[in-house]
Amino acid sequence: MLVVMKTPIIRVKDVHKSYGRGPNRFDALKGVSFDINEGESIAIIGKSGSGKSTLMHVLALLDAPTSGSIELEGVETSTLHGKSLNQARNKTFGFVFQQFFLTANSSVLENVMLPMKISGVKRSERKQRALAALEQLEMADKAGNKAVNLSGGQKQRSVIARALVNNPRIIFADEPTGNLDTATGAVVEDILFNLNREHGITLIVVTHDEDLAARCDRRLYIRDGLLVTDTTEVAA
Amino acid sequence: MKTLDLFTTAVANTFRAKTRTILTILAIFVGAFTLTITNGLGTGINQYIDDTVTSIGAEDVMTVSVTPDADSGFGASSGPTEYDPDAVSSGGFGPNEGGTVVALTPDDLDTIAEVDGVLSVEATKSITPDWIQYGDGTQYVTSVGGLVTGQSVQLAAGAEPDAASDAFELDLPISFVEPLGFADADAAVGETLTIAITDAERTQHLVDATIVGVAEESVAAPGAGGLVVNAALTDSLYDTQNIGLPDDQLERYAEASIRFDPAATDADVTALKDNLADAGYTGTTVADQLGTVKTVIDAIVLVLNAFAIIALLAASFGIVNTLFMSVQERTREIGLMKAMGMGSGKIFGLFSLEAVFIGFLGSAIGAGIGMLAGTAISSVLSGAVLADLPGLTLIAFDPLSITVIILVVMAIAFLAGTLPAARAAKADPVESLRYE
Repeated sequence: MLVVMKTPIIRVKDVHKSYGRGPNRFDALKGVSFDINEGESIAIIGKSGSGKSTLMHVLALLDAPTSGSIELEGVETSTLHGKSLNQARNKTFGFVFQQFFLTANSSVLENVMLPMKISGVKRSERKQRALAALEQLEMADKAGNKAVNLSGGQKQRSVIARALVNNPRIIFADEPTGNLDTATGAVVEDILFNLNREHGITLIVVTHDEDLAARCDRRLYIRDGLLVTDTTEVAA
Repeated sequence: MKTLDLFTTAVANTFRAKTRTILTILAIFVGAFTLTITNGLGTGINQYIDDTVTSIGAEDVMTVSVTPDADSGFGASSGPTEYDPDAVSSGGFGPNEGGTVVALTPDDLDTIAEVDGVLSVEATKSITPDWIQYGDGTQYVTSVGGLVTGQSVQLAAGAEPDAASDAFELDLPISFVEPLGFADADAAVGETLTIAITDAERTQHLVDATIVGVAEESVAAPGAGGLVVNAALTDSLYDTQNIGLPDDQLERYAEASIRFDPAATDADVTALKDNLADAGYTGTTVADQLGTVKTVIDAIVLVLNAFAIIALLAASFGIVNTLFMSVQERTREIGLMKAMGMGSGKIFGLFSLEAVFIGFLGSAIGAGIGMLAGTAISSVLSGAVLADLPGLTLIAFDPLSITVIILVVMAIAFLAGTLPAARAAKADPVESLRYE
């Protein structure tokens, strides 16, 4: 049997993150290490205040760790600055948030086009790709609607379309079903796991919902800034 | 984000909170409107003065008179003025108008001609006719003046008197057209006017001359608002007037016109005046006479502009406020854009462009409406209060100063926008995206 040693898409080595100084110092992460391979679906589970959100921010390069290193596709991320850092964020990551963060008075299409506008994609291509992404999520007929007029499920699907549109390698989903009812939440979950399985996009879900976590290949339990359990489900 | 996208996004964002944006634009509008009007006032009046200077004369002409002795000038001495046999009454358009001046003799003219920078000297022949009359109509009193080469008359009809012609030709001021009995300016052209002039022996002579044109009135028209006559007529009237004068009283002139290099700079003109002053003469250009007026107008416009700038400063705080609110409202969006890889520089650009655009809208609308209002006001005024000053556009606009106003307002708006834009650029995406 041949073992192929692939470079993990994200390698986390002894990451610490603390806020404040002196007596007010608060350690959100106290030394976390793990690898994430391309195409995996991973749940980061923990109570509020456990450090799971901080971990996601550090993984998504929104925040720099106080110490330790994060490698993205073998590249040490602390060496990325300015333009290269922005480019890495723009091309590699897609974000799905619990609170959607859609611009309320803009159309769905405008919202979905935003990441491409930031990366400087041509206007015509922008529209075409945004429509294709909306089509994929069965939202094409809502392209012209204002985001504020959508239902929760439609909003979250728009957000997923926005996350997909730049063909990201990794999608970060922070409580993606937190604001949705069970039925709609299930549909959104299905969409996310489909993307993971069929398009090979690495899915990192931050949640405290055990049911959602159970659908992931792997679960990382975080408590008080430490990784307490790392379960890798044995593939059948 | 590409520059064009940045720009269109900024413009689109401007209209997101419409009421707030419109109120801010209104504040800027007030400042820009005021600035446009006050500037237009300065432009209009100064333009009129410039036109007047050109019509009075060739800018290379200077009026020269003998510098009065210190103790014979107005108010220079409290004692009685000593009699000077060379003193003559000056009727010309000059600093000594209406007073007596020491006359210029042919010797003086020679001296002036030799002064450094003087190209030619021409004595101003002072002619005082008794009256003028058309046909059997009413007789009117007027003055007579000639054209110096390079001067032009603002004509209502006809042409300027031909300097080279031997025929007696003159231009009539438009205010004389109806009193003399002509239907209108065009009707007067080609008619014969009778000029009565009394010589030194108290004998009245009548001289007939042809009206070749009708002159518009202006503050400082050639001929000082009287008849403008050609050289032949000037000589004839002057000779007639001097019949019977003793020889030693002939060739006494109140003032003379000198010409200097048309390319002379202000410094050259000043040097020429100094040279004349050394020789005992005073030189005055038309620009000098009107320069004071211009300085006063410029000062008034400056004060008015200062008020407009204060209004703009107040408006710029409005921009700061509007954008701070905008940044506050869009914290999430800014965080999201940063998370999606938008650089801080671009975020800064986005918000400062928004400020600049608000400034542009306010100033463009202000300048536009200011121009419309200014044009309307000056056309109403020129038909009423200012009817006596034909050719005066009280509020005029030149594209350059309007462009400068718009650019200045946009620059102020940009400066006002830097504070909120910097706050947006500094926003931490993690902080911005945090939620309860």
